[in-house]
Amino acid sequence: MDLRKNPTEAQNFKGIWVFAEQREGELQNVGLELLTEAQKLAEDLKCEVAAVLCGDESIEKKVPELFEYGADKVYLVTHKELKDYRTATYTRALSDLLNKYKPEIILVGASTLGRDLAARMAIRTNCGLTADCTALSIDPDKKILRQTRPAFGGNIMATIISPNHRPQMATVRPKVFKKSKAKNPKSGQENIIRFSPVINPEDLIVKVISIIKDESVKVNLHDAEIIVSGGRGIGDPKNFAMIEELAGVLGGAVGASRATVDAGWISAHHQVGQTGKTVAPKLYIACGIAGKIQHLVGMQGSDTIIAINKDADAPIFKVATYGIVGDCLEVVPLLTKKIKELRG
Amino acid sequence: MEIVVCIKQVPDTTEVRINPETNTLIREGVPSIINPMDENAVEEALRLKDKHGGKVTVITMGPPQAIDALKQTVAMGVDEVFLISDRAFAGSDTWATSYTLAQAIKKLGKFDLILCGKQAIDGDTAQVGPGIAEWLNLPQVTFAVKIEVEGQSAKVERMLEESNEVNEIPFPCVITVVKQINEPRVPSLKGLMRAKKLEVKTLSAADIEANLDFTGLKGSPTRVVKIFAPPQKGGGEMLLGTADETVNALLARLQERKLV
Repeated sequence: MDLRKNPTEAQNFKGIWVFAEQREGELQNVGLELLTEAQKLAEDLKCEVAAVLCGDESIEKKVPELFEYGADKVYLVTHKELKDYRTATYTRALSDLLNKYKPEIILVGASTLGRDLAARMAIRTNCGLTADCTALSIDPDKKILRQTRPAFGGNIMATIISPNHRPQMATVRPKVFKKSKAKNPKSGQENIIRFSPVINPEDLIVKVISIIKDESVKVNLHDAEIIVSGGRGIGDPKNFAMIEELAGVLGGAVGASRATVDAGWISAHHQVGQTGKTVAPKLYIACGIAGKIQHLVGMQGSDTIIAINKDADAPIFKVATYGIVGDCLEVVPLLTKKIKELRG
Repeated sequence: MEIVVCIKQVPDTTEVRINPETNTLIREGVPSIINPMDENAVEEALRLKDKHGGKVTVITMGPPQAIDALKQTVAMGVDEVFLISDRAFAGSDTWATSYTLAQAIKKLGKFDLILCGKQAIDGDTAQVGPGIAEWLNLPQVTFAVKIEVEGQSAKVERMLEESNEVNEIPFPCVITVVKQINEPRVPSLKGLMRAKKLEVKTLSAADIEANLDFTGLKGSPTRVVKIFAPPQKGGGEMLLGTADETVNALLARLQERKLV
């Protein structure tokens, strides 16, 4: 809503909402991470944190988990057509919920699903939307949300506000915040607000015909604690076997640079970087990756970064916790072998 | 089939830097290009036209120099291009941009398919495609990696985090495409000649009957209040020696951090 046209409305928008993304009935980590972060913002605004959970009737079993991670309230939005995410049905349900209960802020995980949804909701509810944020805070004077995000391929950071529109909407990058359980979790039916949206036939005209699984994805990059990535420097597509082996030994996921994906060495689901995935695991091992800014922006939030590259001047070393100047074909198999030995 | 493609002229972001003293963007000498994924959208439109016939129109909202980007698509073989340009559009965020493009599309007539790149490499929002769909009240499929037209609908394979999903969507609709969908063609000599001669038509706010409360900075809910250089990491440790020595040193450190 544009407050410039409805100046008395601002006070009616209250509380911080977090969209609790679920896939196949499982809550996604990003929603729980945002519940944790929302509690900090709520302290500054002295307001409540609510989780919004959409699904069919069976999704109600996930409500306790949302209280556990800090939701003061849960909006439980159920309809048989909300079982799986579809742009039109979710946009309908959430926009109607938003218009009825008027949150001050709504945070959505910047997953493919979240970005598809929020972009449409922002137009329907006439509010500002900031994409893929990596930091959030409350302006101490104006009490509005300050949203910080990378732009221009990670070369600059921008802080953005939506001063005259409510709610203030942001999609937030997964893994930027850590999820943690609330100290005094709420519970009880009185804190659950049930909402049954009206879904129109026009919301159902896009049909999902099939899902094509990518068999090469053994461990999900977003959730992986360890990622081993390969770049052009591994020399040959068949050398991804060595990357997979190290990832396998560490129980990690396989990542890739854009150059290797573009060259057809590995499927695009593995791509890390600006046009691929943004990851922030505990350990990121970059093998033969030069480290263009577009790659760095997708992985520099990792806790520990190891870079292995022949070129001592490669930019990847600038973000590395530990760097090894050497040939991946020699170093990587040796590392795999020694880890195996270590574990007996 | 009638296809309209929305493109954006962007700075080649690999070269955009920030002046650390003034905290402003250094734009001098930074080349402008067609947003790469928009080029994929143009290519896909041309391929669909080759197969099913029809017409491809390309539009862009931007300052007069965005004509260069439009001409590049003419050289690739598109039929018609329009520059949507007006001082009233300056400072648009994704909300105002999607309104303006949707308004232009409405004015240009009926289309079966509206194609956009998934996101632009300067803003990286991925919000304009879905925004246009919402303004036009059309269904959408985002992140398309394959489009097959069958009569009055399309089968679209979209790329998600770990899998792909095949959707069926009726026309008219909006589809945003990822880079993997195709390899854009090189302009032909004939195309280049045509582009050179072509007088690009410009549509103003009045031409598209835009509501000026919805355009430009005034129509944009978001405001950029600060830009700054990203914090540098660095201070890492280089491990030196033979492969054996470096790997041993690395393992010791990883054990210290309880990572292996």
